[in-house]
Amino acid sequence: MSDNLAKVSRHLSFLRARERWKPAEIVFWLALVGVYFAFPTSLVFASQILITGLFALSLDMILGYAGIVTLGHAAFFGIGAYAAGLMAAHGWHEPLSGLLVAGLVAGIAGYLSSFLLSRGGDLTRLMITLGIGLLLFEVANSATKYTGGVDGLQGVEIGKLFGVFGFDLYGKTAYVYVLIIAFLLFAFTRSMMHSPYGLALRSIRENQTRALAIGIPISACLTNIYTIAAAIAGIAGALLTQTTQFVGIDVLSFQRSADLLIMLIIGGTATLYGGFVGAAVFLLAQDRLSNLNPQYWQFFLGILLIVMTLYLRSGMLGGLSRLADLFRHWRNKERS
Amino acid sequence: MHSFLGILFDGLAYGALLFVISVGLSITLGLMGFNNLAHGVFAMAGGYLLVTLMSKAGIGFLPALPIVFCVVALGSLVLERTLYRPLYKSTPLNQVLLTVGIIFIATAGANYIWGSGQQPVVIPGWLSGQYAVLGLDLSRYRLFLMAIVAVITFALVFGLERTRFGAKIRASVDNQRTAEAMGIRVERVFQLTFALGSGLAGLGGALGVDVLGLDPNFAIKYLVYFLLVVVVGGPGSVFGTLLAALLLGVADIAGKYYVPQLGAFIIYAAMIILLLLFPHGLLGRRKAK
Amino acid sequence: MTAILQTRDLWKAFGGLIVTKNVNLSLAPGARHALIGPNGAGKTTLINQLTGVLSPSSGSVWLDGVDITRIPPNERVYRGLSRTFQINTLFPRLTPLEAVTNAICVRERTRLNILKRRFFRVSRCSTLIDEAYALLEQLNLAQDCLVETHTLAYGKQRLLEMALALAAKPKVLLLDEPAAGVPEGESDELFEVLNTLPKEISILLIEHDMNLVFNFANRITVLVNGEELVTGTPTEIADDPRVREVYLGKDH
Repeated sequence: MSDNLAKVSRHLSFLRARERWKPAEIVFWLALVGVYFAFPTSLVFASQILITGLFALSLDMILGYAGIVTLGHAAFFGIGAYAAGLMAAHGWHEPLSGLLVAGLVAGIAGYLSSFLLSRGGDLTRLMITLGIGLLLFEVANSATKYTGGVDGLQGVEIGKLFGVFGFDLYGKTAYVYVLIIAFLLFAFTRSMMHSPYGLALRSIRENQTRALAIGIPISACLTNIYTIAAAIAGIAGALLTQTTQFVGIDVLSFQRSADLLIMLIIGGTATLYGGFVGAAVFLLAQDRLSNLNPQYWQFFLGILLIVMTLYLRSGMLGGLSRLADLFRHWRNKERS
Repeated sequence: MHSFLGILFDGLAYGALLFVISVGLSITLGLMGFNNLAHGVFAMAGGYLLVTLMSKAGIGFLPALPIVFCVVALGSLVLERTLYRPLYKSTPLNQVLLTVGIIFIATAGANYIWGSGQQPVVIPGWLSGQYAVLGLDLSRYRLFLMAIVAVITFALVFGLERTRFGAKIRASVDNQRTAEAMGIRVERVFQLTFALGSGLAGLGGALGVDVLGLDPNFAIKYLVYFLLVVVVGGPGSVFGTLLAALLLGVADIAGKYYVPQLGAFIIYAAMIILLLLFPHGLLGRRKAK
Repeated sequence: MTAILQTRDLWKAFGGLIVTKNVNLSLAPGARHALIGPNGAGKTTLINQLTGVLSPSSGSVWLDGVDITRIPPNERVYRGLSRTFQINTLFPRLTPLEAVTNAICVRERTRLNILKRRFFRVSRCSTLIDEAYALLEQLNLAQDCLVETHTLAYGKQRLLEMALALAAKPKVLLLDEPAAGVPEGESDELFEVLNTLPKEISILLIEHDMNLVFNFANRITVLVNGEELVTGTPTEIADDPRVREVYLGKDH
């Protein structure tokens, strides 16, 4: 009997160990704090990476955890960006409430569009997400009076945070702002994915038929996660607007959705950090290579995609964890 | 050309072109379920090949067309064997990523070799200009296009319905496992169909240089249209693809003419609505696995 | 004795093909009822209509006195209807412990407050995890509960298939060919598991393994071409010449 008890606590402790904040995670976030001190002149770029990482995290929720392939996620990023931008351009300069409204609007958009996703197979869903993204882009393109069209939304003024911290030219306030918001939303997402709800999502991704057969209301769950992911994407978009004080039409572009997908794949899905890692790798590489020659960049991306799909299925973090497994295996063999 | 009939004619010609390019994608998607987003690359290759043959090798327009068809068809087989085959059983996401990677490489390559501008094509004299038909001035080239597409459609339908190979294709689309059990070598059927479809795409791309334009961004620009036509028409259905292509062609041209401020809004809205009403396509066949 | 699961005049047609013809199946509480019939008789289609994956063309399905014909599949699970699949339909990258815990959490979702359901770690639901482990132990899967499902041997996967259905604490259990693909020698373990299932659960079993059927069931329905041929006790069925002819073959 006590042997059984011992076994049970072993399983509980196995689960607990996986759910606890690992040292690597703590190092990660502390390193991000360190960036503030170590790279004071690149904080604008660093903020961009963080924002994109947050955006990629929101995609991970629906792609990595729920298994929905979408090529139109930029729609929600763009909606959030424009929502925050329009608010500021029309007189409401407080940043935090701007974030909230952006998240709300994007979330509602996500909620409504989730109903369009319940029918048809994977390809139909892909096309619908693609269509929605392209549609919104056209709308923004045409509604120049509201969105500024191709020239972008001007006159976006953001007030001081808490009335004290103004957004400076070096992006110092912006970086801290983005880092804190990103961390809070990350912690929120992390706790959700480690909860029974997250487990149910993963089971939907693994086998929808069986998930339904054990009683999970699939459409309700998918609508739910899609809404939350849209809201977070919207907040990421709003962060971009607020820190750059500008909204370009590219926030809604297909390129942004496609790039995001690539970033998440590079970093690895369903790890929660894959988005951040992928965004960092992608943006840093793009910064270097695109300046050399934009065609080289595209060519390189193409090669990378082909190599990754044929050989490296689980992205960088997946590859790293497999290396870690191999290492552990080797260590165990050495011991015995 | 301001009359409705004129726009209709233009739209149908445009749709006919989309059909020729997309029909290959429809069949292979219906047959193997492989999400080949890079199908437009074959069309693009056909266009560039035609331009090169005509300008560098001095081959005439008409003789160049069958050459384009064959070269693209063979080239596609190489691609299929090396890159596509390992991913047949893989997830849709992986297939999407692979083919997007192929698009990127093709686009960068085209940029490098031919530059980023539009490629001009010289249409033979007897095809340019217009015929006056029923009070309308109809472009000769577009009439030629529609004639060719009509021939191709007829050949396809005849081939599918009347020949043994066509029967094998239909059987494999309907139920792969049963077809294999009946002794049909589905893999071989697929390879040939893939080559045929890609060759047609190349041909369509060559025919379309004048109508659709040709620049390195062709594959990306028209990706949505090809996918749209296939998904709305229903993967695996030739008639569905034809119907969807013609509808889309007319809708796009009409939309751009009558409500230019909405741009491509109409197409995307129409696509979403159609997909919601017909999740498996207008004439789609549910694949029995 | 009122039936716990019942179909009334159930019909299902796909276009011109009729797959379920006027089926009036009645499952008694605590039953060990087997559904047999040649391939293509429409047994799995019937199960799919019972679970709600397929809608019948006409007729109704009743669970515990309630008409569930319009109720979606996941709702039916809450009401106590659970099933297994003929082909292993599992969660490849989840471990058995996670899979079963998942099923139990779904079952208990109304009893978990929103924080526990959405934000607290799964490991905080320790009683539910203990229950999952106990269930896996019962089915001899305890030692494999921490590896990913796709690495398990076929026979173990078959047992996990059953564990997932049992995790819902069903009133009615629909077993779709649990012995499918299990070689002759190994079906004993499965049989033992079937035998030790709680008496309160009413079981409808589809099977081709006649050994299993005649040892397990106290009532058998024979389905041919979507239609009920005969229902009776094992002895009655074994002696029925029509059944012999249609299904068991003329040499029996």
